[in-house]
Amino acid sequence: MADTKVDQMSVNVVKEPSLMTGAVPRKDWMDSTVTFKPGNYCYPAKKSIVEYLSKGLPGLFGEPREWTVESDDWKLPENWVEIILQGMRERLDKFRSFKVFMDICVRCGACADKCHFFLGTGDPKNMPVLRAELLRSVYRGNFTKAGKILGSIARGREMTFEVLKEWFMYFYQCTECRRCSVFCPYGIDTAEITMMARELLHLVGVGTNWILEPAANSNRTGNHLGLQPHTFKENAEFLLDDIEEVTGVRLNSLTFNRKGAEVLFVIPSADVFADPGIFTFMGYLLIFDHVGLDYTISTYSSEGGNFGSFTNNELMKKLNGKMYAEAKRLGVKWILGGECGHMWRVVHQYMETMNGPPDFLEIPKSPITGTVFENAAAAKMVHMSEFTADLIKNNKLKIDKSRNDHRIVTFHDSCNPSRGMGMLEEPRYILQNVCNNFHEMPENTIREQTFCCGSGTGLNTGEIMDLRMRGGLPRANAVKYVEEKHGVNMLSCICAIDRATLLALMEYWNPNVGVCGISELVGNALIMDGEKERDQDLRFGELLVTKEAGESGNNEEGE
Amino acid sequence: MKHAFLAVIALIVIAWLGSLVGLDYLFGVVFPYLAFAVFLGGFIYRVLNWAKSPVPFRIPTTSGQEKSLDWVKQDKLDCPATFWQVVGRMLLEVFAFRSLFKNTKAEIHDGPKLVYGSSKWLWLFGLAFHYCFLIIVLRHMRLFLNPVPGVIGKIEFFDGLFQIGAPVLYQTDLIFVAAVTFLFLRRVIIPQVRYISFAADYFPLFLIFAIAVTGILMRYFIRVDVVTIKQLTVGLATFSPSISGDIGSIFYIHVFLVSALMAYFPFSKLMHLGGVFMSPTRNLANNNRMVRHVNPWNDPNIKPHSYADYEDEFREFMVDAGLPVEKELTPEPEPEPETEETEKPAADTAAEPAAEEAPAETPAEKE
Repeated sequence: MADTKVDQMSVNVVKEPSLMTGAVPRKDWMDSTVTFKPGNYCYPAKKSIVEYLSKGLPGLFGEPREWTVESDDWKLPENWVEIILQGMRERLDKFRSFKVFMDICVRCGACADKCHFFLGTGDPKNMPVLRAELLRSVYRGNFTKAGKILGSIARGREMTFEVLKEWFMYFYQCTECRRCSVFCPYGIDTAEITMMARELLHLVGVGTNWILEPAANSNRTGNHLGLQPHTFKENAEFLLDDIEEVTGVRLNSLTFNRKGAEVLFVIPSADVFADPGIFTFMGYLLIFDHVGLDYTISTYSSEGGNFGSFTNNELMKKLNGKMYAEAKRLGVKWILGGECGHMWRVVHQYMETMNGPPDFLEIPKSPITGTVFENAAAAKMVHMSEFTADLIKNNKLKIDKSRNDHRIVTFHDSCNPSRGMGMLEEPRYILQNVCNNFHEMPENTIREQTFCCGSGTGLNTGEIMDLRMRGGLPRANAVKYVEEKHGVNMLSCICAIDRATLLALMEYWNPNVGVCGISELVGNALIMDGEKERDQDLRFGELLVTKEAGESGNNEEGE
Repeated sequence: MKHAFLAVIALIVIAWLGSLVGLDYLFGVVFPYLAFAVFLGGFIYRVLNWAKSPVPFRIPTTSGQEKSLDWVKQDKLDCPATFWQVVGRMLLEVFAFRSLFKNTKAEIHDGPKLVYGSSKWLWLFGLAFHYCFLIIVLRHMRLFLNPVPGVIGKIEFFDGLFQIGAPVLYQTDLIFVAAVTFLFLRRVIIPQVRYISFAADYFPLFLIFAIAVTGILMRYFIRVDVVTIKQLTVGLATFSPSISGDIGSIFYIHVFLVSALMAYFPFSKLMHLGGVFMSPTRNLANNNRMVRHVNPWNDPNIKPHSYADYEDEFREFMVDAGLPVEKELTPEPEPEPETEETEKPAADTAAEPAAEEAPAETPAEKE
């Protein structure tokens, strides 16, 4: 839990002098330096982790070493400035986005108050425009005539240790959520800029353990938790017992690493391990069993999430490569992906380009409804919410909505599915069909304007709790609004990081609101063949009203 | 701000002095030609330079529902899936500043309570500024074209529709000055914008303001020899420039400032004029899973940790747990070849049970 008590924090965010509360810093931002103290930085990566990752991808993670962030000696390589500038030069040549975004910002300030970290901290360097200027100033100072000649008048500067510290601070206070990019008149995407900055930081060996260790785990064991194959299987199977206890039905359709299955199902690994992800997982299994899907889960490719995407494009590609590799080995027809945010950013916008074309797969076709997922014709991977929405639309699910009557639900659009994919309607369609009480949060806080949980891109670590609670404030505040107005008690989402981070966020700001995945609510409402009289939900919670099974049936009426 | 202001003053003084000592040809012909050449060449160079860098990934910012199932309504403008839908998005972006139109203003109140209000002033004045600029440039074409095309006459007619004063007042002149003033004032008054602004933000504003003021002075207040000007400007356009009389300092100041703006343009943030067309988050279709996108520098040598290495490391556990394996266990397993990938990331993560060794604060430990 956060160091600062919520009562104190509630006052701090409103009263303390900051750019959000009307106070303007006296010092120019180029003259103000950062100070690291416990609570405002993530721990650096362990030497052994960097060693391991460097074996697979030499030269991208810097010199493996033990170092501390608060020290003035980060044990950087002697030529670290050169490495950064050379890295920048290369990336300017490789990414048009980077080059254009360095050049065309007019500093209109439209993005300034769009960032959740700025809204929660009021720190000027959390304005997306200024975050970008941290990098842009070095770009100007080294790659543009004006910056080289005029120096600080043209806001150009040299790459110094102080600048590096600033980068480490503020590019780890950006969750690459892209909200600012929606409002930018030129579509400048701070996520792209943060990605570049993090690539550069990793080049000189400045990375955080909470990102690199899960990445190493994903590479070796298949999932970020480091669950080995047997443990992964046991955890998943353990949940079958819970399902049986709640529904009275023993599911037999769950298999692992099975060749010849029609569909490979890839989930964020936390869904087999962590509350409340496990309930989402139970929901997946119930849906598949209900419709008789021929699927298998891989222990080798047991992580949908991609911690590589928080470091550099190379590691992102390497980790993501497992999905297609495993689909090929198992001989499945297509891939189905669970509820996970940045996994879907990678799957939707990067996978086919990096690791495709997957010509050994077929265009996904739901064996239950016959629907061909034309929108996945090239990448051959379908989102769980697309799959489920199609099932509901075709009346393939027997649903008793009243089993979710104890839930008054709102929906949190996760950053990546909304702004890096455009999946807004499917989850809502599902929710409207599996629960009777669904209320939207205010329009400036949902859909393409949704607020990040405050802890994405590998910031979901305990040592920066205060910061996370501040960054998550805009999201929590919108939930509070519907809690007070409609009595909302359940915040649903389609992201595994959300399921972990929103839980902490709700505990802090709105303790009466729970967090769940969409599939959990579907699982609650599903009327399974041969089930016992259901009086509990998947969490063993009492249902509000216990209805006769099958009474309401599927009452989907179309749009 | 100070530097930017002084720079514009310096430009004015230089032009004024130049006209006093009779450098008419330099300021009326040489500099405009040079500036235009720099503008054109620089602009093209910058755009080509951007274009030289590839677009490795298709990364549109999706601001609406994507194309998915047939019965789900796609937001074709905010989440385009085809070329023509992208054209639609871009047209709205370029001609209507659609993204800026979405602007909001956030405030924090006791509670804490965050509220988001609509904030369209920047959009309104930004749009007014750019359109007035365009119309003014088009109106100036009268000076370079002989005979004057009818369409320019029409623009002038509508611009002076209210028939106020003589010469007739152009509304765009007024709105333009108001818009520039607004853009300047918001830069100074809004703390967030003030904090991020520097010389490169103020200089174009001061420069454009000075251009507008000198232009207005010339049209409404200070007499200049219009016939001689037209002779010069048409001469410039036909590459046979000549200055046949005394035009007046104000004209040379105006022209020099415009020359400065043109020459400055390619090296500045004003290049957003070209950049807005080049932005990969806006000019790409969100058809990522539908159509293959190729990254020219994709490295085929980056391969995932292989299944074979994975199974080699965990085969025993897998067999025990009833997981299918590719290679059965041999009674006396030979030591596996130690490939680099099978190295354990860290001693502690290799321990059993692995889950408990997950990094602190993984989602797994949240509950």
